[in-house]
Amino acid sequence: MTKIGVVVFPGSNCDHDALHAASEVLHQSAEFIWHQSQDLSGFDAVILPGGFSYGDYLRTGAIARFSPVMNAIARFARSGGLVLGICNGFQILCEAGLLPGALMRNQGLRFICRHVHVRVETTATPFTSVAQPGQVLRIPIAHAEGNYVCDAATLADLKHHGQIVFRYCAPDGRLDPAANPNGSLDAIAGICNRERNVMGMMPHPERAVEAALGSTDGLVVLHSLVQSLARQPAAAVS
Amino acid sequence: MLATEIKVTPELVAEHGVSHEEYARIQKILGREPNFTELGIFSVMWSEHCSYKSSRIHLKRLPTRAPQVLQGPGENAGVVDVGDGLAAVFKMESHNHPSYVEPFQGAATGVGGILRDVFTMGARPIAVLDSLRFGSITPANGQAPEVIARNRRLVDGVVRGIAFYGNCFGVPTVGGEVEFEPSYAGNPLVNVLALGIAPRNQLFFARARGEGNPVIYVGAKTGRDGIHGASLLASAEFSEESQQKRPNVQVGDPFLEKLLLEACLEAMATGAIVGIQDMGAAGLTSTSCEMASRGGVGIEIELDRVPQRETGMTAYEMMLSESQERMLLVAERGREAEVLRVFRKWGLDAVEIGHVTSDGKLRVLHHGEIAAEIPADALAEQAPVYQRPIAPPKPAAARDARVPLAPVGADLTANFRRLLAAPAIASKRWIFEQYDHMVRTNTTVFPGAADAAVVRLKGTTRALALATDGKGRWCTLDPRVGAMHAVAEAARNVAAVGARPWAATNCLNFGNPEKPEVMWQFSEAVDGMSEACRALSIPITGGNVSFYNDTLGKSIDPTPIVGVLGVIENAAATLSMAFRNEGDAIVLLDGRAEVRSSAPSDASQRESLREFASSEYARTVAGIVGGVPPAIDLAAELRLINALVALASEGVLASAHDVSDGGIAVTLAECGFASNGLIAEAAWQSGEPAELAFFSETGARAVVSLSQASLARLLTIAAQYKITAFVIGRVTRGQFQLSLNGATVVRDHSASLGEIWSGAIEHAVLGDQASKQT
Repeated sequence: MTKIGVVVFPGSNCDHDALHAASEVLHQSAEFIWHQSQDLSGFDAVILPGGFSYGDYLRTGAIARFSPVMNAIARFARSGGLVLGICNGFQILCEAGLLPGALMRNQGLRFICRHVHVRVETTATPFTSVAQPGQVLRIPIAHAEGNYVCDAATLADLKHHGQIVFRYCAPDGRLDPAANPNGSLDAIAGICNRERNVMGMMPHPERAVEAALGSTDGLVVLHSLVQSLARQPAAAVS
Repeated sequence: MLATEIKVTPELVAEHGVSHEEYARIQKILGREPNFTELGIFSVMWSEHCSYKSSRIHLKRLPTRAPQVLQGPGENAGVVDVGDGLAAVFKMESHNHPSYVEPFQGAATGVGGILRDVFTMGARPIAVLDSLRFGSITPANGQAPEVIARNRRLVDGVVRGIAFYGNCFGVPTVGGEVEFEPSYAGNPLVNVLALGIAPRNQLFFARARGEGNPVIYVGAKTGRDGIHGASLLASAEFSEESQQKRPNVQVGDPFLEKLLLEACLEAMATGAIVGIQDMGAAGLTSTSCEMASRGGVGIEIELDRVPQRETGMTAYEMMLSESQERMLLVAERGREAEVLRVFRKWGLDAVEIGHVTSDGKLRVLHHGEIAAEIPADALAEQAPVYQRPIAPPKPAAARDARVPLAPVGADLTANFRRLLAAPAIASKRWIFEQYDHMVRTNTTVFPGAADAAVVRLKGTTRALALATDGKGRWCTLDPRVGAMHAVAEAARNVAAVGARPWAATNCLNFGNPEKPEVMWQFSEAVDGMSEACRALSIPITGGNVSFYNDTLGKSIDPTPIVGVLGVIENAAATLSMAFRNEGDAIVLLDGRAEVRSSAPSDASQRESLREFASSEYARTVAGIVGGVPPAIDLAAELRLINALVALASEGVLASAHDVSDGGIAVTLAECGFASNGLIAEAAWQSGEPAELAFFSETGARAVVSLSQASLARLLTIAAQYKITAFVIGRVTRGQFQLSLNGATVVRDHSASLGEIWSGAIEHAVLGDQASKQT
């Protein structure tokens, strides 16, 4: 049985939701990982959940990246372990340099919580392997800093290596500036690293895993993760 | 041995808002003159905000007992049993004055305060609702542009403040309501309701016990902020200088509160905590004396040990500070290390600052000397109680106002469009999208999707529904009937999602209680609320009174807000307002057993016209605020509620939405706007004028939709519950259409109507910026 870890930083507030999705909905073994932990042995995948780690002081994710657990996560990622950053988790991965680019204030300068549509841009990742190419998912966002930005060279790189995993789109899958909720560069909603084992996304797949919550499209991401783990030998350990 | 040097003079006593009689009472309790610190302590504890001295005798008339009530008024929050071994802990509180002086921090700390009230009882907060009132944000009623501009800034600041605190803390803001009336221009209302869930056998109470047990201070450091927030801000009228009271407003840190929540729940799980209370209004003073008083013990604290943010603070300042995100707890002697360890883990200050004594006194030491020594019980429970004079105001001339009616057969589409754009009716999407309304993945009915918010209880088949309501405009015309409507509508809202109304909390917002007319309004509203709660079997488990909502001598509309909690036994049967299937029948349910059949009599038509003058249509279309609130029929409300709960639990309905602001026309349109492109086509015969048929706000009514095949079952259940059911139309696409006696009254493209309705508030608040922001 695979084991999924959910990191708890001071101020994480979607940690319980990620754990619920992994254990109660996907029936995986899942545990919290305290931010001071340096040891990820026994975990096959790690989720950095949403929230306001360290109160978003200074800049989102800017303090969390110095947590002891981040060294362990960097080692875990280097050795091929799967790391999924959601919302604040995405921001932390960018701050930690595990993903390129940064997330700035939303274009409208307001917090936005609503369901949006994102298009799966690549199924060649452990987080989208069960999706259809171009599949449109309806998943909620809830953030004030989700405006993805990077320099032109990085963007070209991301495109060249197929690292753009999700783009905001209209319900029918068209790219439409009106469907980009926060002004993200190239409508980017999620990216992965070159090695494809680390992904960050602003939308919350863990909030779209049961019909009662209004959408089950987030299961595409979480099912992909679980299936990828089942196919892989247990991830190397830090 | 008194440590303070400032001499207590009659002028100083008056500055503290302490009357001659109250001062004499203080002298009697102490058997001597109070020192400066003691005067400060008495002044905050005996302030209107903390002592309820003007309201207490009236509040006794509210029904507070029922088998499901585990804790009624008097604790940090009310508690009811909701089944499956779970308790719902909930309460509503106001933060009106701070939100006017500093909208962002005022609203933010309002959220923070009520969240602490809930988690201090051992419950994890799972939902917040906000009941907001502002002045006009659209040019109307001849209001000055600068007043409208200020109102818009207040809306923006309050909404941002609520979002700032709730989003970071990680509690979903799932609902509430927003109204706009000129009377709130100088005094907006920010009432926040928080709901938490705890195992019913693991509740914590604010009681100190056990001589020698350590008293532990946890959370944020104490600073000079918020001193006299409760007494000077919340218990006095506003004048032109009120903006200078900004230093009296506290500053919130939701991140710290989130740590405090996790640490408190974890510390409670150790079993080493005896009692705990959050430091809200009157800070260290109220927590220490109330915990001692409730436990029948004394508490001694040494202020030198209190974590401090600033140097050189006096005992007076420390006792009166309202710095946020602090708690006081009593632990079991010998097990304090277990508690302290948890708070250290979360990086929080936790310091033993004193101990429980047996002498019943609150003893405050500073630098080892006694700075204050007061019998705790006298401070907490022996505040003066006033029977303030009551006098009804003279009847307003506006009671006779009448809305001019259009000729029979006239097209009212243009009027309907204006109604949909009225901020009171328009979509609140722009507001609730700034709130994280999904975190904790329990929200199964999102804001705006139904009459009530619904959060499921994980691990059970149940869900809880919550709705808040208040009828300021109607309460001005008739506070008793207006308050009854508030209760009835909130209960109806909860029933419309399929929940049985289970308990209520309230927030009573009124003007200066020293004015006999205000006190009359208050007394009438309490009676109305009491009568409605009894009739609907809804106990009130707590709440808050906010007086002195006056600016420059002018009081707000009397605004009792009620928050009703409902229980849905089978969460899968939850209903929302959205139409679901094209071709479904639309049925109007009316709790009144016999309803207008043919032409109404002249007398009843006259009365209907008087009632219509108090409607949203009258205000928006005719510019009239007057008449009388619709007559209320509580037996009909109860029948409708019972029928809705039965219909929902049997799965007969596809959607349900109660009829309120804007009447049936707005209700029907909203069912369409909430759906995926569906809309209503409705027609019926009636002897009443079209305006009344479609826009009157008579209570005890709801619009439901269902498959044609389920109609027979609906009629059977309606007969069983003695309510009336009229098939008035069907769910369709494209054109929204209302007809009366064969003539079209409203007809328009649903997309065009939806656009007006969904964008009005954003455009009103942001003006030209609206299009640039998404």
